[in-house]
Amino acid sequence: MRATVLVRPKPGILDPQGQAVSSSLRHLGFDVGETRVGKVVDVELATDDPAEARSQLEAMCARLLANPLIESYAIELEAE
Amino acid sequence: MSSGEHRPLIAVVVFPGSNDDRDAQLALERLGADARRVWHTDRTLPDGTSAVVLPGGFSYGDYLRCGAIARFSPILGAVAAFADGGGPVLGICNGFQILTEAGLLPGVLRANASLAFVCRDVPVLVQQVETPLLARCRPGQGLTLPVKHGEGCWFADDDLLAELEAGGQIALRYAPGSNPNGSVADVAGVSNAEGNVLGLMPHPEHAVDPLLGPVDGALIMGSLVDAARLSAPALV
Repeated sequence: MRATVLVRPKPGILDPQGQAVSSSLRHLGFDVGETRVGKVVDVELATDDPAEARSQLEAMCARLLANPLIESYAIELEAE
Repeated sequence: MSSGEHRPLIAVVVFPGSNDDRDAQLALERLGADARRVWHTDRTLPDGTSAVVLPGGFSYGDYLRCGAIARFSPILGAVAAFADGGGPVLGICNGFQILTEAGLLPGVLRANASLAFVCRDVPVLVQQVETPLLARCRPGQGLTLPVKHGEGCWFADDDLLAELEAGGQIALRYAPGSNPNGSVADVAGVSNAEGNVLGLMPHPEHAVDPLLGPVDGALIMGSLVDAARLSAPALV
């Protein structure tokens, strides 16, 4: 099955990339407040079992995909 | 043989994308070590290794987060075991990033607050000399060292920072007003609690020859050579 992992800078963590994006958007005339830039990781899993997939994805996030000091993550399974 | 003649074996780990490994090797050789470059797929350090350097560069293209992929290189298991056994380990720039991702040093390195790559000499102040890797320096001593990085903004939350400050693990700070990357509390380098692992963003290995500018880096690279002489060689 397929899944998407969304990795975000934690609230309160300085996000210079997000600041640059919001500043550019304002230059373009868009009325925006804060923007924050994270990452999207699309993952293809061998398993079709949602519980198993979620547990594998949690382990992936803990070990590699996110750094818990500065990033939070959210897991979205395609079937959900 | 006197200790002055003993050339301790120091392993310089080379990852795909490392680019400061030869400078590190040259600096260490000049300061009296037998420095050997070791490929990251090796599972063991050379027999007799008595210190390890993780050099600067862009291991694995800095994909995902800088250092995040390199920390799973086969050699890192041996480096972690060496560090756990008290062996001296120095991480420079990308090497510092790898050590934080591997959990061998506290905190994390992020994109510079300016989002710009910085490449210049910066003044750095030695905060503590408890770590043997700064033993040739004096507390409060100012060093001029080059930085060249896009992701050198060291971060720790308030609790972690307080813990590190109380434990004397903040080893180096940029001089007031000279922080090139927006790091928390002007931190330029940190050590582990035991002091045998040190990571820093500035490049001491590029500052050992008067022909190329400041030579303060020799104090740090030389401290590593001294520590290597005192350290028992690795058994594996």
